[in-house]
Amino acid sequence: MRGALEVISPGLFTTVQDRGRIGYQDVGLPTSGPLDRISLRLANALVGNSPDTPALEMLIQGPALKVLARSVRVALVGCNARIEVRSGTARTIAAGTSVRLSRDDIFRIGNLGDSICAYLAIEGGPDVPAVLGSTSTFVRGAIGGFDGRRLQKNDFVPLKLADSSERAEATLPCTLDLALDQPIRVVLGPQADCFTADAVKTFLASAYTVSPQADRMGYRLAGPVLAHVKGHDIISDGTVTGAVQVPGSGQPIVLMVDNQTTGGYPKIATVISADVPVVARRRPGRAIRFVAVEVSEAVALRKAQEAALQQASEEIAKSFHQ
Amino acid sequence: MSARFLPAGDTAIVVEFGDRIDRSVNDRVLRLSAQVRAANLPGVVETVPTFRSLMVHYDPLVSDSASLIAAIEKLLDSGGEENAPRKLWRIPACYAESHAPDLSEVAQRTGLSTEEVVRLHRDTRFHVYMIGFVQGYPYMGDVPRALVLPRRPDPRVRVPAGSIAIAAGMTAIYPIESPGGWHLIGATPIRLFDPRSLRPALLSPGDAVQFEPVSAHEFDTIRTAVAADEYSVPCEMTMT
Repeated sequence: MRGALEVISPGLFTTVQDRGRIGYQDVGLPTSGPLDRISLRLANALVGNSPDTPALEMLIQGPALKVLARSVRVALVGCNARIEVRSGTARTIAAGTSVRLSRDDIFRIGNLGDSICAYLAIEGGPDVPAVLGSTSTFVRGAIGGFDGRRLQKNDFVPLKLADSSERAEATLPCTLDLALDQPIRVVLGPQADCFTADAVKTFLASAYTVSPQADRMGYRLAGPVLAHVKGHDIISDGTVTGAVQVPGSGQPIVLMVDNQTTGGYPKIATVISADVPVVARRRPGRAIRFVAVEVSEAVALRKAQEAALQQASEEIAKSFHQ
Repeated sequence: MSARFLPAGDTAIVVEFGDRIDRSVNDRVLRLSAQVRAANLPGVVETVPTFRSLMVHYDPLVSDSASLIAAIEKLLDSGGEENAPRKLWRIPACYAESHAPDLSEVAQRTGLSTEEVVRLHRDTRFHVYMIGFVQGYPYMGDVPRALVLPRRPDPRVRVPAGSIAIAAGMTAIYPIESPGGWHLIGATPIRLFDPRSLRPALLSPGDAVQFEPVSAHEFDTIRTAVAADEYSVPCEMTMT
């Protein structure tokens, strides 16, 4: 018999996400995938999965799940919350450590604490069909994941494995730095010239606050108004995850992974790819400051981040055999 | 036609050919898109053509913007000017009142009869400039001058899938139910986006579209056939 997780309570917005759906932005389909690809990858590493394996992405409030398998191994990464096991032997497991749970165990991830999003990786991963090359859920388009939607109470999420492997549990080599106060690095443009010189200065000198309107499509920020030179409409052009677009209100929106692939508002700047996961973790009410870097610096930062992630993944994999 | 390169962070470059919506500008965008795809440049993940610019998405772990810009400049210099034949889709459209909630208002605001609005729309061969907004949503132009209206001041929260709409000199079809601010002047029973297919979008940028009027009864017949995967949209090749 296949394993499954029964959804006792779904959490606020829990979806299946893998690395994303690549290659369909020209027909209007966003990549979807994880808001925080770093945490997804580390969570997968802790349970011995390849980086491509889908996991559960949670926003603000995690789910309560019941194990319907001989055993499952799970790991939580991306927040400072804990996994609370509420049946069998009651215990809590900190984020960043894997745990093996047995049949009928009920475990819960409550409020995600300081972070808005986090990942629950499951050894083997959920067993959902790939749509257009990815299992990522795009809820607005009802595509991928678990029936194209977020999890609901009484869902049974099928698992690839009915049992987990016998081995020691793994812990992140060092605590994931949520970087909740780190300034966010941006490359100015593509349409910085649609804004007054003062607006660009204000954008880089002010603290913005993540507003409650933050979802997988974009995080609206609140703060000093950014003035356009001549109107807030441009001829619709391509958008990228991390783009900071500014509509008529003058309040910026950081586009995230379910963003529209094209848009008609000017983009004052673009969050560098290394820092998109950092923005992704910022909860409503938290501050964001921006600092400008050159594209070459952004690429170097991303490469350094990739090397560190690779090293962490290797250290975790080695620990399985100790 | 000179190009301007704009950075979109460290994962995309915008190649911009102008600041207007124009067939010749869009043709240049589409040609470069095909060239970049054919060139298989290392690190290029995908290209997204829009009205007047091409977005080239790349993987910063494989390539960087300076070498991509150099490679794209070479492609621009080598650019062939000939237009390839393109697909002409004949899309069934029901303009009956039951399927066209804004038709009489559009007639009123343009000073035309509803019959004239329909005739102008169905007699125009449209060009698919780009796909965006939601999956499979085609921005098609150009709408005859007499039918050019601004978007509705009060966008609808829900526009049914299949709605045919006009606004701001463009016409479009809503592939899925979504919010929308365009004027709904008809509906099509066909599927514009099918995630089961490896080429999920019916229309591609650069295709041509002509609407073929059908009755409400024919609309229902076609819709039933579409649901059973027993209908394909008539398509031919054209040079214009």
